[in-house]
Amino acid sequence: MSRDATQAPVLQVRGLDLSYDTPAGALQALRQVNLTIGKGEIVGLVGESGSGKSTLMQAILGLLPGAAKVQGGQILFQGQDLAGLSAPQMRGLLGDRISVVFQDPMTALNPVLTIGRQMIDIQHRSRISRAEKRARAIGMLERVRIPDPESRFNRYPHEFSGGMRQRVAIAMALMARPALLVADEPTTALDATLEIATIDLLRELQAEIGCAILFITHHLGVVAELCDRIDIMYAGEIVESGATAPVFRDPRHPYTQLLFACDPAQISRPMRHLPSIGGGLPDLTHLPPGCIFAPRCPRADATCRATRPADHQAGPSDLVRCHYPLAPRLEITA
Amino acid sequence: MLGYLARRIVLAVAVILTVIAALFAMMRAIPGDPVRTALGPRASEAMVETYRIKMGLDQPVIVQIWRFFSTILQGDLGSDAISGVPVARIIMAQLPDTLYLVLGAMVVAVVPGVWLGVLSATKRGSLFDRVTSVLSVSVMAVPSFVIAIYLLLIFAIQLSWFPAIGAGEGLADRLHRLVLPSVALGLAWIGYIARILRASMLEVMGENHIRTARAFGLSERKIMYDYVLRIAILPTITVLGMGIGQMLSGAVFAEIVFGRPGIGKLVYDSIAARNYPIVTGTLLVTTGFFVLVNLIADLLIAFLDPRVRNVVSR
Repeated sequence: MSRDATQAPVLQVRGLDLSYDTPAGALQALRQVNLTIGKGEIVGLVGESGSGKSTLMQAILGLLPGAAKVQGGQILFQGQDLAGLSAPQMRGLLGDRISVVFQDPMTALNPVLTIGRQMIDIQHRSRISRAEKRARAIGMLERVRIPDPESRFNRYPHEFSGGMRQRVAIAMALMARPALLVADEPTTALDATLEIATIDLLRELQAEIGCAILFITHHLGVVAELCDRIDIMYAGEIVESGATAPVFRDPRHPYTQLLFACDPAQISRPMRHLPSIGGGLPDLTHLPPGCIFAPRCPRADATCRATRPADHQAGPSDLVRCHYPLAPRLEITA
Repeated sequence: MLGYLARRIVLAVAVILTVIAALFAMMRAIPGDPVRTALGPRASEAMVETYRIKMGLDQPVIVQIWRFFSTILQGDLGSDAISGVPVARIIMAQLPDTLYLVLGAMVVAVVPGVWLGVLSATKRGSLFDRVTSVLSVSVMAVPSFVIAIYLLLIFAIQLSWFPAIGAGEGLADRLHRLVLPSVALGLAWIGYIARILRASMLEVMGENHIRTARAFGLSERKIMYDYVLRIAILPTITVLGMGIGQMLSGAVFAEIVFGRPGIGKLVYDSIAARNYPIVTGTLLVTTGFFVLVNLIADLLIAFLDPRVRNVVSR
């Protein structure tokens, strides 16, 4: 499914700047982040740990910790700026128009309340009887293939396996048929076979409900398998964005190229050492003056180190934040 | 759940048997001949020998232990050394007053303690939180008998709002007279409960499932009382179970300062009069009560936390 230019996007993040107050000064966690998710589209957001994926997710959901401050930009959800909403207004959207599935199914559900109680509680907006809420919840459990949902309904989370708990979390998130589902590494804590089953289930339910999905992961294979579009994040910036298959074939940002080269799934022959990108993430309290990736970039020159790059359209990618995006693919020997 | 219940009850019985054994050892360890102590220095040899046989002290130790256990487990705690009245009857006559006092102290401690704990956790770092924290620690540091004396001076003598001494007659009068001693005994616990609850609330508030509840737009009130407090209250229940024991010993001061009848007063008077059967009997009854309260606390926790009852019964 490609992006339909005539339809308004479900979510549009524009020029988002966000910083954390730390004892060492302001940590600029997100800088000029642009992200667009079309109606019914599945967008994969990839990046290494500390790249700002979780901060971006928390900003979209309005669940930022107290030390985080949005400094500028907009988070437009169906045309409404979420950054400007009050807490009660945001609560009105959460779990209804915007839902989320979190990473760790073992801790994401309340351990002392039954699954059923939690599934009834989240329908707090519906003006239907408790019996109807119960019936809806059981129906939803059936849709995510929980065996014997009637009796499982009164069970506690610790009586479910990890894969089943994640399916329960998906059932809860999709019960209100949201316009946007944020999935924060929903399969990272699961083993490989469960991962495939969970992704198949998500895809199936997505097709039925027609919601857009922001799929946060560091597993490139999952993005290639599931997502219409891919956004690559590095150190608080989205460095490349485009339709999944072309970007995988012909990445235009040096970081993307290196990231793909380091994916173990891409390596055909056994190696003694897995490839990695030299250097580490920059200190976000003292940003370099130029491109954020310049200190680790094999192609960086004086321009890269002195000035920040703008977003360009290059090759198959809609957005490449690089001074030299049109350069042909490099032979990487990382 | 049944397996869990059985284990807790076995444990409670074991604790009580251990206490009885310790009591027996303690009585043997007291220096001097118990018969000589009982009859006094001027008793004749024949009297001493008759009394020794009557008391069963001529029997082997193992028989003595058996008799000791069997009489206690039959509810016979011996007789008052002075009046000859059965100890069990004397204790049962005094027990209700102490239980009312401990119950009153619990109400004084729990109601404001939980309220302050929840509020300082939700308003973490605010002025309210900091004032509560300082007050809690200061009040905890003051011994309850000092609090008792000041309460008496201010509210009973200066302001005459409450009677100074006695347990009272009739429900209204009894409750009225229960207020000051309950406050004296429970006041320090308000801060203690508030501190513990605040800490466990903050811990639970940082857990992932609370983020999930927020992500579904549940109201802050619902999250705090249904999702956080239900888990955060568990350590507080354990502490309160233990706290009952502390309150029972604290009751000695409160009962003496406020001139109330009760177990504490009884023990105090008995120690002064060297009336050991009453002292040991009271020790047994209060231990039994303490074990029972902790059993109830454990069962309450198992009722509130499905993980506890499952893990243990599996």
